[in-house]
Amino acid sequence: MPVDIDIDHVARLARIALTDEEKTELKAQLGVILEHAAKVGEVAADDVPPTAYAIPRSNVLRDDVPEPSLPVDEALRNVPDREGDEVRVPRVTEVAS
Amino acid sequence: MRELCDLTGAELSAKLAAGEVSAVEILDSSLARIDATEGDVHAFLTPTPELARERAEELDAYRSTGAPLSPVAGIPTAIKDVLATNGVRTTCGSRILEGYVPPYDATSWARLSGAGAVLVGKTNCDEFAMGSSNENSAFGPVHNPWDATRVPGGSSGGSAAAVAAGEAVWGLGTDTGGSVRQPASLSGVVGLKPTYGLISRYGLIAFASSLDTVGTLTRSVRDAATLLSVLGGKDPKDATSLDGEAQDYTEGLDGGIAGLRIGVIAEASGEGIEEGVRVAVGAAVDRLAALGAEVGEAHLPHAEYALSAYYLIAPSECSSNLARYDGVRYGSRAGGDHADSIEMMFATREEGFGPEVKRRIMLGTYALSAGYYEAYYGQAQKIRTLIIRDYDAAFERFDLLVSPTSPTTAFPIGAKVDDPMAMYLNDIFTIPANLSGMPAISVPCGVDDAGLPVGLQLTAPVLDERTLLQAASALEGDLRLELRPPLIAA
Repeated sequence: MPVDIDIDHVARLARIALTDEEKTELKAQLGVILEHAAKVGEVAADDVPPTAYAIPRSNVLRDDVPEPSLPVDEALRNVPDREGDEVRVPRVTEVAS
Repeated sequence: MRELCDLTGAELSAKLAAGEVSAVEILDSSLARIDATEGDVHAFLTPTPELARERAEELDAYRSTGAPLSPVAGIPTAIKDVLATNGVRTTCGSRILEGYVPPYDATSWARLSGAGAVLVGKTNCDEFAMGSSNENSAFGPVHNPWDATRVPGGSSGGSAAAVAAGEAVWGLGTDTGGSVRQPASLSGVVGLKPTYGLISRYGLIAFASSLDTVGTLTRSVRDAATLLSVLGGKDPKDATSLDGEAQDYTEGLDGGIAGLRIGVIAEASGEGIEEGVRVAVGAAVDRLAALGAEVGEAHLPHAEYALSAYYLIAPSECSSNLARYDGVRYGSRAGGDHADSIEMMFATREEGFGPEVKRRIMLGTYALSAGYYEAYYGQAQKIRTLIIRDYDAAFERFDLLVSPTSPTTAFPIGAKVDDPMAMYLNDIFTIPANLSGMPAISVPCGVDDAGLPVGLQLTAPVLDERTLLQAASALEGDLRLELRPPLIAA
């Protein structure tokens, strides 16, 4: 059976302003995909450790030596709305109600 | 007629070294082919003919001093548009990065460029490399040079089609669930996905970081070995890149396969495989035996769960990686007045992402959300462990495993766009090598009744690219297929 998901909740978490049409279509499609994906639950794997990376590596550190970095102008080349060396965005604070 | 752009990189490199041709002549041949075929194929999103000419001229000047050249020098190269190229627009096939010009090079491209490769353009792909047909590009699909009404495969379909059509001599792609090997199979070229971490991911714009791998599309196995020899080796800029210097993978390439133990994956021989694919792959496996390999049957009992595990792990990582597209620091921002930054972010992502990317972000967001994490993502990671154990057990008995690369040959454009599950099934044989990190290659092994190419996939244990390439080369040398798409055969 297709999985029934709360599409509004997931869209909110994903920060996408889906249209109603998209929500209807995605709810149906994700339900079917998840039904197939739920197959992973058929395998008893309680004692199996999870794999995040097939070839695990940890604590990969380089020597703490300063290296040249991108000039500010280069780093800001792709900013959609720029003012000098700063990025301009719409308001980020909440209005007290 | 075979033009310079139809030769392999090895053939062209030999001609350059012998002074028979110049880098500019090779480039001209490639650019003429782009002019002649690009209207039908649409392999490129950003062609770079002027940059290419400057580079080829520099190279000819350098060559005239008698200095030795790298085997990749002067070779027209196509780069998938998910790999960052300094100063050259890099879109990932997405509206959200339509105007993005990276201020740095991906390490993979930097290494080729540093050795003198000539970039002829950035290639079309499924948006953020999510897809198996190239139909998910925001800038229109790529058409298969073998039949322009069909898909070239995906997501590296632009690079595969460009190489098949002679628009480039070779190309780079990326492979997260089969995105190098499957288009190679459908377009009649060689596609190599090396061991995870052998080629740096620095500058590979992330889709699913634990699976993303840079790979090559070439017209010969030798060219794949040549590229890997330049691309491989530790990169301090990628914490997941493996230790060790680059090796010369062309050494011993002609060693043959006598005595190699090759296992035919039983779970990849059953239902859902087209007859033409079954016949061509079966005949090629017989040739492997005739060449002296010991062929037996291998089992991967958890293979049937690989697709499900993949479609939880990859979207989960995708939903996290693509959170960076927020309309603030780079990429497009939705126009109009926004009450606040959060609203701007919602609008930007709705406007900038296409349907498949939204589908996967939503899927991953759900699989990682409170209450569902353990049942979906957590369980999928355990299945991943079991699949790796299956491979380890199989490789105790065999040196290599063999299967079809894809269950089908190239399918018509539009045939699967309304059915995501049918589309995902394209990658059923390629996904396990991404989950296990193991190297795999797709080699053309024949054509079906309609004359469409079929690919055979070989998989080797982690870091055994040498055996993988040696066997692929032996098969290629034995089959001697003259693969020339009808588009350029006239």
